[in-house]
Amino acid sequence: MAEKRKVCVIGAGLTLFRRRLLETGKELSFEAARMALDSAGISRKEVDSVVLGSAPDAFDGVHMKGEYLSDGAGAYRRQYSRVFVGGATGVFTPVSAWWHVASGLSDVCLAVAEEKMSPLQPHPQYAFWSIFDHDYERPLGTTLLWIFALEMRRYMHAHGIKEEEIAQVAVKNKKNALDHPCAQLAANITVEDVMKSEPMVWPVKRLDVSPPSDGAAAVILCSEEFAKKMTKDPVYVAGCGWNIDSMYWTDRDLYYPQYLENAGNMAYKMAGIKNPRTEIDFAEVYDPFDYKELHHMEGLQLAKKGEAPKMTTAGITQRSGELPINPSGGLLGVGNPIAAAGMMKVCELYFQLTNQAGRRQVKKEVHTGLAQAWGDLMQYSSVFIMKRR
Amino acid sequence: MSEKVKYFPGKEIRPEALDDGELLVTHYNADLKYSWASGVAVGRFLSELKNGRLIARKCNKCERILIPPRIFCENCFRNTDEWVYVKDTGTINTYSVAHVGTDAHRLSEPLFVAVVNIDGASELMGFLHLLGEIEEKEIKIGMKVQAVWKPENDRVGSILDIKYFKPIKN
Amino acid sequence: MPGRDVAIVGIGASKFDSTTIAQSYKELTFDAARKAYADSGIDVRDDVGSFICCAEDFWEGNSISDEYAPDQLGAKLRPLFTVSGDGLLGLAHAYMHIMAGVSDIVVVEAHSKLSDVESKDLVEELGYDPTFARIPGVDSKYLAGLEMRRYLEESGSSIEDCAAVVVKNSANALKNPLASYGGELSLEDVLESEEIASPLKKLDVSRPSDGSVVMVLASATRAKRLADTPIWISGISWFSDTPNVEEMDLGQAVYALNSSKKAFQMARITKPTEQFDFAEVDDTYSFKELEHIEAIGLAKRAGKFVSSGKADLDGVLPVNPSGGSIGMGYFVEASGLVRAYESVLQLRGDAGPSQLAKASKCVVQSWRGIPTQSGVTAVLQK
Repeated sequence: MAEKRKVCVIGAGLTLFRRRLLETGKELSFEAARMALDSAGISRKEVDSVVLGSAPDAFDGVHMKGEYLSDGAGAYRRQYSRVFVGGATGVFTPVSAWWHVASGLSDVCLAVAEEKMSPLQPHPQYAFWSIFDHDYERPLGTTLLWIFALEMRRYMHAHGIKEEEIAQVAVKNKKNALDHPCAQLAANITVEDVMKSEPMVWPVKRLDVSPPSDGAAAVILCSEEFAKKMTKDPVYVAGCGWNIDSMYWTDRDLYYPQYLENAGNMAYKMAGIKNPRTEIDFAEVYDPFDYKELHHMEGLQLAKKGEAPKMTTAGITQRSGELPINPSGGLLGVGNPIAAAGMMKVCELYFQLTNQAGRRQVKKEVHTGLAQAWGDLMQYSSVFIMKRR
Repeated sequence: MSEKVKYFPGKEIRPEALDDGELLVTHYNADLKYSWASGVAVGRFLSELKNGRLIARKCNKCERILIPPRIFCENCFRNTDEWVYVKDTGTINTYSVAHVGTDAHRLSEPLFVAVVNIDGASELMGFLHLLGEIEEKEIKIGMKVQAVWKPENDRVGSILDIKYFKPIKN
Repeated sequence: MPGRDVAIVGIGASKFDSTTIAQSYKELTFDAARKAYADSGIDVRDDVGSFICCAEDFWEGNSISDEYAPDQLGAKLRPLFTVSGDGLLGLAHAYMHIMAGVSDIVVVEAHSKLSDVESKDLVEELGYDPTFARIPGVDSKYLAGLEMRRYLEESGSSIEDCAAVVVKNSANALKNPLASYGGELSLEDVLESEEIASPLKKLDVSRPSDGSVVMVLASATRAKRLADTPIWISGISWFSDTPNVEEMDLGQAVYALNSSKKAFQMARITKPTEQFDFAEVDDTYSFKELEHIEAIGLAKRAGKFVSSGKADLDGVLPVNPSGGSIGMGYFVEASGLVRAYESVLQLRGDAGPSQLAKASKCVVQSWRGIPTQSGVTAVLQK
C-alpha cells in the first residue's frame, strides 16, 4: 500500500462512560466532538468532512441512525458518512477518516464514535440476538455471551490456559482504569474476586466481561500541512489495517484470530514495521472480555501463540512494563459503549504519545502506539497505528 | 488533555429513575417482521432437517465438504458442485454452559451449548447447537456426540428439528 | 491526470424483480459479483485489496449486516467494510481508497431484498426522530407529501409536471429489459391514483424491487489494461444537510445542490445544461426528479423541461433513460448504484433498445430517501 499523503491526529475528546446517561445520542456525539475540536484548537469551520461510527441501530430503535446522529456529530452541511463494522467500528472510524485525508478529498476530518445502548429495554444484550443467523442460530436463543464463551473455551483448551491466568487481565485493566477520569468500572479487585464472580456463560464470569454503556469519543485527523500550522510536533497516522473472515464462524478453529493477523500485517506493512513485538511501544487492544486481550495480543504478533498469559503474569503488560497493554484501563475498566470504546483507545494513543495521559502515562518513552478493535461473529478486526516522529 | 480538562460531560442516571417517576419515559415497540428467502442452499438444508437428515455441499476444486451447505465456495469463489449427505454424529469442537438468556435474564436451568463438527463433512465444519442427556462435568472437547431428533410429525424444517446432541456412550 | 484517476472497469447485476423468492440475497449478490469479476477479467481472490458494501440493518433484518457480506463477494479474509449509505456513497469511498493507495482495485456492492421485508412502512417510520417526528397513525411517507407541496409552491412546477415524470419513466422502462415496472401511463392515470400523503399519490411513488449490483473500480494504470472502455469517475462528492425534519429546506434538495457543485468542480463541468449527454437522477418520488434536475443545474424550470419532452429519450437532455426508480423499481440503498449501472451501460453503448445516440458523459445523482437530506453526485464519462 503506497501511502499518498501524510495524515496527522491533532485532537481527541471523550465523555464519561456510564451504564445509562441522560444525554441523547446526538448530545453525546456533540460533547465528544466539541472536546476534540477544543483539544485541537480549531472550530467546526475548518472541518470539511465527518465520519461517524456507531454500532447496531437496534440499540436506539432508530433506522439509519447515522443520519439521525449527524448534526450531533458536527456534520451539518458537510461531507458525512457513517461506517459500521460491528464492534470494530470504534477503531475503524479513524481509519476511515484517514483515507478521507490521505486521498486528498479532505483536509480536516472529524471522526466521532457514539454509542447509546441503554434505550433498548429490558436489556441492551437483546440486540445481540439479532446479529445471529436467522436460520441456524436465532432459533436456539443465541446471545453474544455464548459465542465468546465458546471461543474462550477453545483458546484455553488449545494452550492449556487456566481461568486464573486470564483473570489477571481483568485485575490489571480495572486497576489501570482508576486513573481514567471517564471510567465506569474502575476497581481494585483480585483474581479471587474474578473467580468467585457469578458465572454468566461458563467459562465467562461476571468480572470477566465488560457491561453495556453509553458514551462517545472523537478524534480529529488532518493533513500534515494543516497539522504543522497547529503544532511543532504532530502525531502521525502510521498504519491502518482491517480484515473480515467468513460468516461461518462455526467452521473455524477459534483459538487464533487469523483475520486479526491479516489486519495487523496490513497496518504493519503501511507503517514499515517488521517486528511488532519490538517496534510497537504500547498497545490498546480490544478487551470486552479479559481473555480477548490475550487472544488479540497473539493475533497482533505482540506475543507468540499461547504466550500472552505468561507475559501478563510476568508483568510485561503493566504500565511500568516493557510492553504496556491497555494503559487506559480498556473496556473492562473504562466501559464498553461499543463504538465509543474503540475510539477511546485511539484517544488514549493520542494522550500517551503527546504526554497528556496524566497518571496513566506509561513509564517508558513512547513513539509508536497501536489500537485494535474486534467485531462481528468472531470475524473482524481494525488496526490503527500512530507514531510520533 | 486529560490533565488539563477538569470536566468530562455525561449525566449518569440511577437505574431506578426509569421506573420511579424521576424521568419522563416514552415507550416504543418496534415489531419488525421479515420473511427471509432462504435461497437454494439453506432451503435444502432446512427441508432435509424435516426429513431427519443433514446435508452438505461439496466444492470439487478445494474438495471441501461444507456444512452449513452453501451454493458457492468462499475460498475458491465458484459454485459448489454436489449435494452430499453427512452423518448426524460429530465431535465437540468447543462448548459452554449458559446461565443467561438473550436479554440477560438468568435461566432457571443452565443450557449446554456447543459447536459440533459433523462426521462426513470436512475438518472443522460444523454448526452451533445444544447438548443434552449429559452432566456438566462430563463435557469435553473432542467428545463424540449424536443428534437427537424430534419425532417426524413434529419436524418443520428448522434447526430445532434436532432437539440436542447427546454423548455417544461406548 | 485530473478526472481520469479512477474508473469503473467491471459491472454485474443479478436479475431485478419485484420478488425473488427462489434466491437469498447472498445468492443474488454472488450472481452479480461473478458477472462483475468476469466483466473486468479479474481474479477476485488475488486482485482485490478492498471491498465496500452499502447496507442498513433494518432493511436486512440483521444487526451488523456486514457479517454476512464477505463470502458471496469473494472477500473472505480480505479488507471489507460497510458504509451505512447508498451505492453511490460506496463508489465515493472506493474512489478515496484508490486515491489513498489502499488498493488499485476496489469492489463496491449494494443490494435490495425488499421482498423479504414485511414491515416496510414500519422500518421507514423508524427512520424518523422518535420524540419529534414519528406521528402514530400517519403514513410514514408524510414527509414526502410535505416536501412535494413545498416544492410545487417554490418552484412553480405543477402537479401535472410531476405526473409527466411518471409517464416518461414508465415509458422508458418498457424499453429496458431490466426494468420491472414499465407501462404506458397517461397523466390522468397518475393524477387519479389513490392519495397517500397529499399531494403525493400512489403512482408518484416508486415501487419496491429486489436485486444486487456489484462494480469493480480500478486506478488509472490498471484500468487501461483491464477494460476496453473504462468509465472514468471524473468527479464525485456527497453532502448532508440537517437531519431534523423541522429545519429542512423542504423543496430544495440542498444535498444535491452542494454535492453537485463539488463534483462538477472536480470534473471541470462549468455548464451542466450543455455538457452532459444524459442524467440518471433519483426519482424515489416523481417530484424528486424535478427537484434534482433543478438542484444540479440541468434546467431552471424542471417542470416545463420534463413536460415539454426535453427530458425524453429523444429529447435535448434525457433524464433517467433507464426508467429511474419509478420504472425499474426502488432498491433502497442500491438505487444509486442501479442508476450508475444503467449509466455505465449507456456510456459503453450496451443499453440495447434504450441506447442513446450520444452517450459520452453523464451525471449520476442519489438521495438516501426520507427522512434524510443526504445524497451523492458523480460525473461519469468515457
